Amino acid sequence: MTQEELQALTAHVVDARGTACPGPLLAAKKAIGTINSGDILEVQSADEGTKRDIPKWANKKGHEFLGILEEDSYSRLFMKKG
Amino acid sequence: MKYLEKNIKELQEKVARLEKGTEDQLSMVVFSGDLDKLLAALIIATGATAYDMKVKLFFTFWGIAALRDKTKKAKGKDFISKLFGLMLPKGTSKLKTSKMNMGGIGTSMLKSLMKKKNVASLEKLFETAAELGVEINVCEMSMDLMGIKKEELIDYPNLNICGVATFLVDAEESKIQLFI
Repeated sequence: MTQEELQALTAHVVDARGTACPGPLLAAKKAIGTINSGDILEVQSADEGTKRDIPKWANKKGHEFLGILEEDSYSRLFMKKG
Repeated sequence: MKYLEKNIKELQEKVARLEKGTEDQLSMVVFSGDLDKLLAALIIATGATAYDMKVKLFFTFWGIAALRDKTKKAKGKDFISKLFGLMLPKGTSKLKTSKMNMGGIGTSMLKSLMKKKNVASLEKLFETAAELGVEINVCEMSMDLMGIKKEELIDYPNLNICGVATFLVDAEESKIQLFI
């Protein structure tokens, strides 16, 4: 997805910026359990490793990883629940 | 014919065992009582639950020190066991790093850095592990050897005392086995 398409998404947002590994991963796992299949989840993380972790995790668990938007001090990671 | 039937039955049993052998499970021996190694163990354990893996930690030897509750006491210990208990760290807050401890300075520095960088403390990780259903099995032989009693261990929802046989069966059924 392009940056513009990601910007336009309506997503369930989980803010995991206050935690380091494995915090964002556990936050994503918890949040994805609360939304419906086909819904979009946005995980916000200030942890650099999350950018590699979350796509790997999403792929393994059958969720479609859509892309990353970079903000000044954190990243926004988007995925579609499978 | 009888012979064939027997053969088929044996094969079916074998297949069932093999299928079970690749369960989504992680088994880990937690041997170390070092703060840094326990942090690694608990981060891997809690992380694995994000993949819906069943996680089983087998605490043995020095690792058991992390499971001691500093507020609890056990009665009926002999002299050497009491002495050993005094020398052994009593709970997570008393653990030291495996390297660069330098009389406690290194450990304090690590803890302060962890706070600054939002890394969960070992105490918090144990809480998270409990919430996520991580199972803790404690080696009975080590407990007995080191004079540690069940009543002085932390309150943890999924904690059992067991022997090596439990670990071996858990490990056999696991996709991932680790020793820390």
